[in-house]
Amino acid sequence: MIAYIVQRFLQSVLVMAAVGFVAFSLFAYVGDPITIMLGQDYNETERARLAAQLGLDRPFYVQFFKFAVNAMQGDFGISYRLARPVSAVIRERLPATLELSLVAAILALAVGLPMGVYTGLRRDSWLSRVFLTVSLIGVSLPTFLIGILLILVFAVILGWLPSFGRGQTVMLGWWSTGFLTASGLKALILPSITLCLFQLTLILRLVRSEMLEVLRTDYIKFARARGLRDRAVHFRHALRNTLVPVITIAGLQLGAIIAFAIITETVFQWPGMGLLFIQSVSATDIPVMAAYLCLISFVFVVINFIVDLLYYVVDPRLRIDRGAVGGHG
Amino acid sequence: MSAPATRANRPLLDVRNLHVEFPTRRGRLVAVDDVSFHIDAGEVLGVVGESGAGKSLTGAAIIGLLEPPGRIAGGEVLLDGKRIDNLPAEQLRRIRGRQIGAVFQDPLTSLDPLFTVGQQLTETITTHLDLSESEARNRAIELLREVGIPGAERRIDHYPHQFSGGMRQRVVIALALCAQPRLIIADEPTTALDVSIQAQIITLLKRLCRDHGAAVMLVTHDMGVIAETADRVAVMYAGRIAEIGPVADVIQRPRHPYTVGLMGSIPKLDRAVPRLVQIEGSMPRLNAIPTGCAFNPRCPKVFERCRIERPELFPVGGSAAACWLHATTLAEAARG
Repeated sequence: MIAYIVQRFLQSVLVMAAVGFVAFSLFAYVGDPITIMLGQDYNETERARLAAQLGLDRPFYVQFFKFAVNAMQGDFGISYRLARPVSAVIRERLPATLELSLVAAILALAVGLPMGVYTGLRRDSWLSRVFLTVSLIGVSLPTFLIGILLILVFAVILGWLPSFGRGQTVMLGWWSTGFLTASGLKALILPSITLCLFQLTLILRLVRSEMLEVLRTDYIKFARARGLRDRAVHFRHALRNTLVPVITIAGLQLGAIIAFAIITETVFQWPGMGLLFIQSVSATDIPVMAAYLCLISFVFVVINFIVDLLYYVVDPRLRIDRGAVGGHG
Repeated sequence: MSAPATRANRPLLDVRNLHVEFPTRRGRLVAVDDVSFHIDAGEVLGVVGESGAGKSLTGAAIIGLLEPPGRIAGGEVLLDGKRIDNLPAEQLRRIRGRQIGAVFQDPLTSLDPLFTVGQQLTETITTHLDLSESEARNRAIELLREVGIPGAERRIDHYPHQFSGGMRQRVVIALALCAQPRLIIADEPTTALDVSIQAQIITLLKRLCRDHGAAVMLVTHDMGVIAETADRVAVMYAGRIAEIGPVADVIQRPRHPYTVGLMGSIPKLDRAVPRLVQIEGSMPRLNAIPTGCAFNPRCPKVFERCRIERPELFPVGGSAAACWLHATTLAEAARG
């Protein structure tokens, strides 16, 4: 178990180092930050002074080492566009994205899982057919289109919900939350639905196909032959076996939700990291882009790590060393 | 057929004219065709036949676990004189495990990998018997000890993957017996096991069923297992019973040409046979069963009537065979 954790941890460190290197290369290859900061008119002395100030005159490996050390301390330098520390900018935007992603992920799981189980168990009922047809729409319509359609119906035509922004937020320390005000909650509804829809349908279809697979296995047949109640067969034995592969996908999808909040945030002008990233790209604000890249990959690495540990909890075959297998006969 | 209620010792299980069919796009496939047999309390009935002869489906039909679209198209299944084939699903569920236990072919896949054997035993026990969790656990340990699992108190908290194949089949047998059912349907219980373990499992199954007073329907294609274990044997061919009778009669004096062929294809240790007998051809597919006797294209003794009319089971000696060769004995018996 410990060896397993250590091994996974080392892998995670390696992944982060690789991502850090890619993020760092942005500085060297995407535009020239000094030109961007100084604008059109500058002379060589100004340029040399700024390069020395930013450390851009040092050899590349020294720069990377410095970048890595700073990044580990959460210091990604100064935003070119906003002229403020990147960490402060991200900290301001992080709560908005995390709250939106959390609500979307919970929604996707809380709705997708039961729907998947239902369509797996009642394969031929009309409701299952409705769910599956609707889920096809969820998979095939692009996120921005769904967002725009929802805005059209609920914000423009019906006027029930706001079309953009977070509404009123309350500060809890440095964390700004929209959970505590009515307008904040209302503002969450459309973006979270938009963001969760794809993941929801993915989870629905995954759970359904896994459920159908598990229901065909011998141990489910044997559980029926033992005379167990349908409830026990379906929700104790079938569902638990279904969850093993679902956990992996659902975990990775949570990462995907945070990462791909970009589109939803843009459609709803949601003041989160995704919107920040898009604005930074158009302004070639490399420190922010690099920080965003590192942060998102950090999220993925952490989620992967948690998923691996969850496997251990759910599947006893991984948990127990195989030395305990008894002799034949 | 006489009314079962009036019979002095009515059979534990009575299967009458059972038909199992699969509707397909090109018509219905009849997989079990007019099968009738009974099993008395405490008796071991062997059911032999090639794969596809309908023996496993007969077992599945009895406990109501036919896989859709397969369904019982006709006939009756009576347990203790009461029909169970037309019961609502919930009542049939109460019979499964409580009255009729089952042992499946592959012990490696019969147990849920995510639950300990103890959890699976206690959930089955508490489903059927009015016992507390701790009483059920004690009973589970007792059962594991009874099926010969060493260190049962410790092993009860182990997961299926920590047991070997033979040990898992012992656990499966414990699961089948844990609510004291009166009939066990064992579907090829040893086929997936090493030859060295098969005998142990069969001996165990036989001893336990005797101790618990449970009857057994032992489905297998292994005539050796039947000879060792069963009291009576039913030979199935293409969804029908070809011959049924006491084991000694069927093995020593097989009446149906198919059974004769089956016996001839088993090597004997006590005398040298130059060459094992082989039955020419193969069993017909369900959509191509010939009219008359299903065995007629392969039968060495076939004559005109076999190709036209389907034979019913005629009593011959101690057993009964579905073969026109033995129709005369019936006629004689009727005359006498």
